[in-house]
Amino acid sequence: MSQSILIVDDEAYIVTSLEYLMKSGGFEVELAYDGEEALAKVAENIPDLIILDVMMPKLDGFEVCEKIRANPLWGSVRIIMLTAKDRESERKRGLDLGADDYMTKPFSTRDLLERVKKLLSVERIVG
Amino acid sequence: MLQGWFIIAAAFAYLCVLFAIAYWGDKRAAEKRSIISNPYVYTLSIAVYCTSWTFYGSVGRAASSGVGFLPIYLGPTLTFILAWFVLRKIIRISKVNRITSIADFIASRYGKSSYLGGLVTIIAVIGIVPYISLQLSAVSDSFTVLTQYPVVAMAEKVSSVPIFADTAFYVSLFLGAFAILFGARHLDASEHHEGMVAAIAFESVVKLLAFLAIGLFVTYGVYDGFGDIFSRAQTTEGLAKLFTMEGAGGYGSWVSLTLLSMAAIIFLPRQFQMTVVECTNERHLKKAVWLFPLYLFLINIFVLPIAFGGLLHFPQGGVNADMFVLTLPMAEHQEMLALFAFIGGLSAATAMIIVATVSLSTMVSNDLVMPVLLRFAWLHLSRRADLTGLILTIRRTTIAVVLLMGYLYVRLIGDSYALVSIGLVSFIAAAQFAPAIIGGIFWKGASRAGAIAGLGGGFVLWAYTLLVPSFARSGRLPESFLLDGPLGIGMLKPQALFWLEGLDPTSHALFWTMVINIGLFLAFSLCSSQSVVERSQAVQFVDVFKRTATGRHTWQGRATVGEIKQLLARFIGRVRMENTFSELEKSLVQVLPDEGVASVEVVAFAERQLAGTIGAASARIMLASVVREEMHDMDEMLEILDEASQVIEYSRRLEEKSHQLQSVSDDLKAANFQLKELDKLKDEFISTVSHELRTPLTSIRSFSEILHDNPDMSEEKQNEFVGIIVKESERLTRLLDNILDISKMEAGKLEWQLKVLDPKEVIEDALAATAGLFQQGDNIRLHTDLPDNLPAVHVDSDRLTQVLVNLISNAVKFCDMDDGTVWITAKAKDGALCVSVRDNGIGISPGDHEKVFKRFQQAGTLETQKPRGTGLGLPISVEIIVQFGGEIWVDSEIGAGATFEFCIPVASDDGDGLPFIKEGSTG
Repeated sequence: MSQSILIVDDEAYIVTSLEYLMKSGGFEVELAYDGEEALAKVAENIPDLIILDVMMPKLDGFEVCEKIRANPLWGSVRIIMLTAKDRESERKRGLDLGADDYMTKPFSTRDLLERVKKLLSVERIVG
Repeated sequence: MLQGWFIIAAAFAYLCVLFAIAYWGDKRAAEKRSIISNPYVYTLSIAVYCTSWTFYGSVGRAASSGVGFLPIYLGPTLTFILAWFVLRKIIRISKVNRITSIADFIASRYGKSSYLGGLVTIIAVIGIVPYISLQLSAVSDSFTVLTQYPVVAMAEKVSSVPIFADTAFYVSLFLGAFAILFGARHLDASEHHEGMVAAIAFESVVKLLAFLAIGLFVTYGVYDGFGDIFSRAQTTEGLAKLFTMEGAGGYGSWVSLTLLSMAAIIFLPRQFQMTVVECTNERHLKKAVWLFPLYLFLINIFVLPIAFGGLLHFPQGGVNADMFVLTLPMAEHQEMLALFAFIGGLSAATAMIIVATVSLSTMVSNDLVMPVLLRFAWLHLSRRADLTGLILTIRRTTIAVVLLMGYLYVRLIGDSYALVSIGLVSFIAAAQFAPAIIGGIFWKGASRAGAIAGLGGGFVLWAYTLLVPSFARSGRLPESFLLDGPLGIGMLKPQALFWLEGLDPTSHALFWTMVINIGLFLAFSLCSSQSVVERSQAVQFVDVFKRTATGRHTWQGRATVGEIKQLLARFIGRVRMENTFSELEKSLVQVLPDEGVASVEVVAFAERQLAGTIGAASARIMLASVVREEMHDMDEMLEILDEASQVIEYSRRLEEKSHQLQSVSDDLKAANFQLKELDKLKDEFISTVSHELRTPLTSIRSFSEILHDNPDMSEEKQNEFVGIIVKESERLTRLLDNILDISKMEAGKLEWQLKVLDPKEVIEDALAATAGLFQQGDNIRLHTDLPDNLPAVHVDSDRLTQVLVNLISNAVKFCDMDDGTVWITAKAKDGALCVSVRDNGIGISPGDHEKVFKRFQQAGTLETQKPRGTGLGLPISVEIIVQFGGEIWVDSEIGAGATFEFCIPVASDDGDGLPFIKEGSTG
């Protein structure tokens, strides 16, 4: 059974590009266009990894990350934050909230795919 | 038959009554139940002025010069009319300074000069001796005359009998003892003699009653009233001239005697004693002002009738007119009346002697002997605890010496002078005090040197023109001294000094003593400088009413509101002063006119205000200066104050500057805050711009990489992805254009291509540019209402299109997702073209209406709601519309959609006119 990835972004074109990228990498893909939708998808079917944008309507990426990490049932989910916010303080905040990786836009598609694969290759240690 | 022993017994009994009254008066004084503290006793005590000179001498004078006796009483009457100006001031000064005699007064005024006090005392003693001698001779003469009752015969010449057979000598001893017992029995610290005053007042009553009794007896008993006497006198040869001024010695004599007696009523030591020193209450003067002249009137009313009666009664002469008062009742065999007249005369004489010797002895001990004794260190007087005995001894000795000097004068001068003439010698001596005293209380410049020079000069001249001649006349000096002058120098003739002839001796002496006295007084005062003590005493004397009208309520009534305001304005500034005063007026509910007297409240208020500025102590002093000080002191004060107020003005300016600096600092703070805000905004702007740029860039890069890494991708996918790359590139370009636009607009560097255009064309261009938005999905409908006859506008076509595209794309972005509708309406309104773009979306809360026109400030927060535009569309639109002279606003509620509308002015007819005309005409 292939691993599943949830892509969360309010920019449709970015979602489209990520969807194609992850599918071509052999993953099952779910899509969400805002924070609430993302949580709903997680509750419905726990993904192995989430590619999470930060600046979104309704619920931003930081909040989504926080809520996921607050639920012990979802402890195995890896999270990669993918955002235009490139300040060091924001990166730190994301990692502190429990993100496994933090990438800034625009990003290298190869790099992203490698990181996804790498994260999914090891068991996530829940601390 | 009046025996000598009976007369002596009667006199003794009378004097015992006096003692009883004096004892009673002193006792009441000790019990603080004064019997003299009323204007009537006060007036009667002043009547000590009427001595045996008045009692016997006036009649004598009237018998020789008719109404010539009157100036002596006219003068005091005038003085009392003027009492409010001079006498009251002297009394006030004396009360304030605890003055005990006229010598004390003058010494005190001129810097507490003991030298001057001594000089005054010497002048007083020597000057008064003739006066004392007058009383002695009057008493002894009247006694002698009375003992021969019923025979009317004159006493023998005093000088012709040996001293121990001389009645006058025994009278002197007797009166001396009496005066010592009366006035120098004990020492009163306050130098007040209430018992004596009471006795003197009683004596004044006795002598008045006695004189009135004789007058009534002569006028109505011997004759048939005034008319009878006067008509008889007029028809008698030699008496008619008494009704004329020639008989009275001429006008010159009248004037000089009037002036002389005006001075005498104050400056004779005994008058000063009674009127000033013994005065218990300044207010008594109010009644005395008319009561005393009334007394003088009463005691003079029968002078002429008695004089004429005497002259008519004793036509053969040989009877001294000075004794008519006594001899008339004797001639009419009125034994008791004659005795009463004697007692009256005794009253007048004893009263004078008592008061004169008491006042002189006070002066001699206080101002002459004690100061001298205190200078002799070897006496160790200053270390002796009790000097009472010594002082009493000095006083008693003085009284005895003065009376003996008086007796000696009687013996030396003999009967060569009438009573009045002797008295006038003393009057002129007393008048020497006038310049120093009058000048001293009205002129601050009067100095000690001036007073000494004036008094000394005047006294020397007095002695030369009056005392010396009196010895010459009586044969004690060669007669030629008077007739040819000393050593035959005519210019120095004592009674015609510097060839001044034609004046009676009194006027002559008065003239020269006053010329010298006043001249030296003025000259020396003007040329000498005053010591500090003198200066302060001068101010205290001259300004006595300003300084001593104390008691807060009094001085508070002295300053006007205007003065207080002026003072306040100097310290707190005119504007603040006016403000505070108007507040005060409100709180007092009354208007305060500048010329009005400042009430207690006003003064207290001003003090508080001042205290706030210059401190409480200074405020008190300043206020006191306005309320009490004389103007020139005030000027000095104000000079000092001006310096102070310059400092205050300087500090006020500093305060202003500090206020200015404060406000500048506040401005800077605000500016700094704005800058920080701007900095924050710029930071946010850059962050936002960065984010806005990154989003399309991300898509472009991602799809480019995907296309690059997946060459085997289907053609359909490839086209889709390339299309996205193109769109995102366009978005990126648009964003960069917007950023450039707004920075250019803000810097004023944007070039505007203004032309007169038909707005409908521009709107249609914009609709064409945004047509794609409506084709994207079928769920957004567009409604337009664009009339054909829209007025032309003067605009830049591209920029107006930009505004419309912005508004339309916003409306599309924010309209209802499922059933979106956008309305575009254009119309002419009030000389303007108005275009509105409306959507049926989520709307904007009124609180956010302003916010949406700011850069990157869309409704909702950036954190939670990702902007779907550049965030610069509306700010750019505002800049453009404002540039066209119009305005743009939004009308919206949450959930009710939003209407953005702008209006721009219609192009004017004359200026740019219609587009085709303009283009055609200018080429």
